[in-house]
Amino acid sequence: MCVAVSGKLIEKDENNGRVNIRGNVITVELGIVDAEVDDYVLVHAGCAIAKVSQSDSEELDELLREIGQ
Amino acid sequence: MKINAAHGGGGKLMNRLIHDIFEKHFANETLSAMEDAAVLNLPAGKIAFTTDSFVVTPLFFPSGDIGKLAVCGTVNDLLMRGAIPKYLTAGFILEDGLDTETLEQVAASMKQAADEAGVQIVAGDTKVIDGKGGLYINTAGIGLVETSLNVSVHRAEAGDVVLLSGFLGNHHASIQSGRLGIENKIQSDCAPLNDMVLGLLKAGVEVHTLRDITRGGLASVLNEIAEGSGVCIGLDGGLILADAEVQGFCDILGLDPLYMGNEGKLVAMVPERDAQKALSVLHNARYGENAQRIGKVSACEKPIVTIRTRAGGTRRIDTLQGEGLPRIC
Amino acid sequence: MKSIEQCIQTIKAYSGPSIRLMEVCGTHTHSIFEHGIHDLLSPQISLISGPGCPVCVTPANYIDRAAEMALREGWTLCTFGDMMRVPGEQGSLLEAKARGGDVRIQYSPMDVLGWAEAEPNRTFVIAAVGFETTLPVYALLMEHLLDHGLKNVRLLTSLKAILPALHWICESDPAIDGFLGPGHVSAILGSAAYEPLCKKHHIPLAVAGFSFEQIVLAIHDLLMQVQADTCEAHNLYTNVISQEGNLRALQLVDKYFVHQTSNWRGLGEIEASGYVLKPEFECFDAGSQFVVNETPERNGCLCGQVIIGRISPADCPNFGTICTPASPQGPCMVSMEGTCGIWYANQA
Repeated sequence: MCVAVSGKLIEKDENNGRVNIRGNVITVELGIVDAEVDDYVLVHAGCAIAKVSQSDSEELDELLREIGQ
Repeated sequence: MKINAAHGGGGKLMNRLIHDIFEKHFANETLSAMEDAAVLNLPAGKIAFTTDSFVVTPLFFPSGDIGKLAVCGTVNDLLMRGAIPKYLTAGFILEDGLDTETLEQVAASMKQAADEAGVQIVAGDTKVIDGKGGLYINTAGIGLVETSLNVSVHRAEAGDVVLLSGFLGNHHASIQSGRLGIENKIQSDCAPLNDMVLGLLKAGVEVHTLRDITRGGLASVLNEIAEGSGVCIGLDGGLILADAEVQGFCDILGLDPLYMGNEGKLVAMVPERDAQKALSVLHNARYGENAQRIGKVSACEKPIVTIRTRAGGTRRIDTLQGEGLPRIC
Repeated sequence: MKSIEQCIQTIKAYSGPSIRLMEVCGTHTHSIFEHGIHDLLSPQISLISGPGCPVCVTPANYIDRAAEMALREGWTLCTFGDMMRVPGEQGSLLEAKARGGDVRIQYSPMDVLGWAEAEPNRTFVIAAVGFETTLPVYALLMEHLLDHGLKNVRLLTSLKAILPALHWICESDPAIDGFLGPGHVSAILGSAAYEPLCKKHHIPLAVAGFSFEQIVLAIHDLLMQVQADTCEAHNLYTNVISQEGNLRALQLVDKYFVHQTSNWRGLGEIEASGYVLKPEFECFDAGSQFVVNETPERNGCLCGQVIIGRISPADCPNFGTICTPASPQGPCMVSMEGTCGIWYANQA
């Protein structure tokens, strides 16, 4: 239902951070996610809503391994 | 100095404006004669003639401004019919409150673009209206059609190859980024495409159709060509249509490069036997380094534009409906 | 270890009883068409679209109320881009803007903070629509409004809860065999939130991402579950979704919003399926509770049937005839995530 995009947190202060999405840097609210600089976060409507724990390809490998078991 | 109603009054103030800004920068004999109309010596044969108006805000954006747009837009429209651009007119509507320094910057930029495009601005007009410092420009242009080819939206044929001159979305993204406070290095691609188009003609490529990809994006242009020529256009799968930064910008706002506006990109339909040569010409031409082959034209009953999907089937690409606005869902 | 190609083969080769899987989320419908996923399905598997398009389920009268506020002297209506062309009973927000209404497009509700501070004598109303993905963003906005002491911002809410809607769908149409769970709503709710639904209605759910591979894996998982007759909520978007969800977001939502019965355009009232501001924050509300949709859809619009998968867009007599993207009769044709709009754009 929702356009969201992941990017790297490159800077943060108390409430806000700057996230780099393939060379585009936007200011993002950090109020509902515990993220540190260099973490990847999922951004929706100007707000980080989740941390991204691994790349899509790493996740894919893991899921495929589980199916095989 | 701020423009006011007196600058449009037809008196001394207006004459000074015309002389100090337009005549100074556009600098050619025809204009300096300050006649009511420019009389031009043109060879016998076909003339291409077009007009366009420009209302973009902000007036200045990364790698461009309204003046550069006004010149390149009309120049490119002429080129899309295979014409060699020669002369432009420029009509200015100035809102009071506009800085003359701003106007001078725009005029200088127009001259620079005109020089690159090999055109002269030979006639003009200025009006001043109430407002808040806005600026609107109309340009009309004449070009010489020296090719025997009829380069037209109605001439795409089954078997033609579809060539795209470069990456999409830069212009739209550069303007929207500024408005939305997204920091990036995206620049407008605003440019005159003389090198590419005249290069294709000179190399003897049998160009059937050329279109510059402005508002509505590639999707809209391809649909116009499909309708205009009564053909189907099938785009290849796995295409990279935008550079990484523009794609990131699109991901943030839920936009699609297929529908974004450009000011220095074209699509060309050429026969398969000329495709390799045409691509080579584009690659060696100014602004064509990222040219690529993106699909093929085929015969069909109902004109449609499709693209191959990741799953190996096809899906339709429709014309843009509405504007490309930032989405939430 | 199975490969993606093998998963695709399994899906293509399935020849058992016919299976109907509902993709809840409009962004999934969009991705499914983009990747061409329908071409991978055996004829025995069909994907049907669900109600996960916030714009599509917002009552027509809501648009009218928002448009009316935009036309008030000294008021500004702030909205996401996708709401602009949705028709209300009396036209769209785009038309209201053309009539002189002050409508501003926001990328984020937070944009309004700066606007409100710059013009303290102007009232800014935010067209606050969305599911649980966006709900915490509005809650954060509330925190900022209180912190900054801003009194000139209001929310006109049409906030929906996805789980009651899914329960309602299961109760009204038992012919759904599995759900492709919404990706980003689940970032907030967590994958475990679907377990009671799965158990009660004996139906599997797989939370999916949006890439080709992620959607294939989720469909594969549902197929396996249907064949094994399990009814579990599985998470196939593990790099983003956790079991428990975003607890901080949920707490913040809880601070400012409360569940209430809500009207879904085309479906009617669903109990506890909406969120409104708590009574103590009433001064930030723009009269949301007084917007109800009791008028039937114009021109026999069947969006309500489409968004719960009872009919496909092609089954609607208006589809492609009087209802097209250029002249949408209902929200499903207008929204970028609207089923009918996506079908129209993608199919010959």
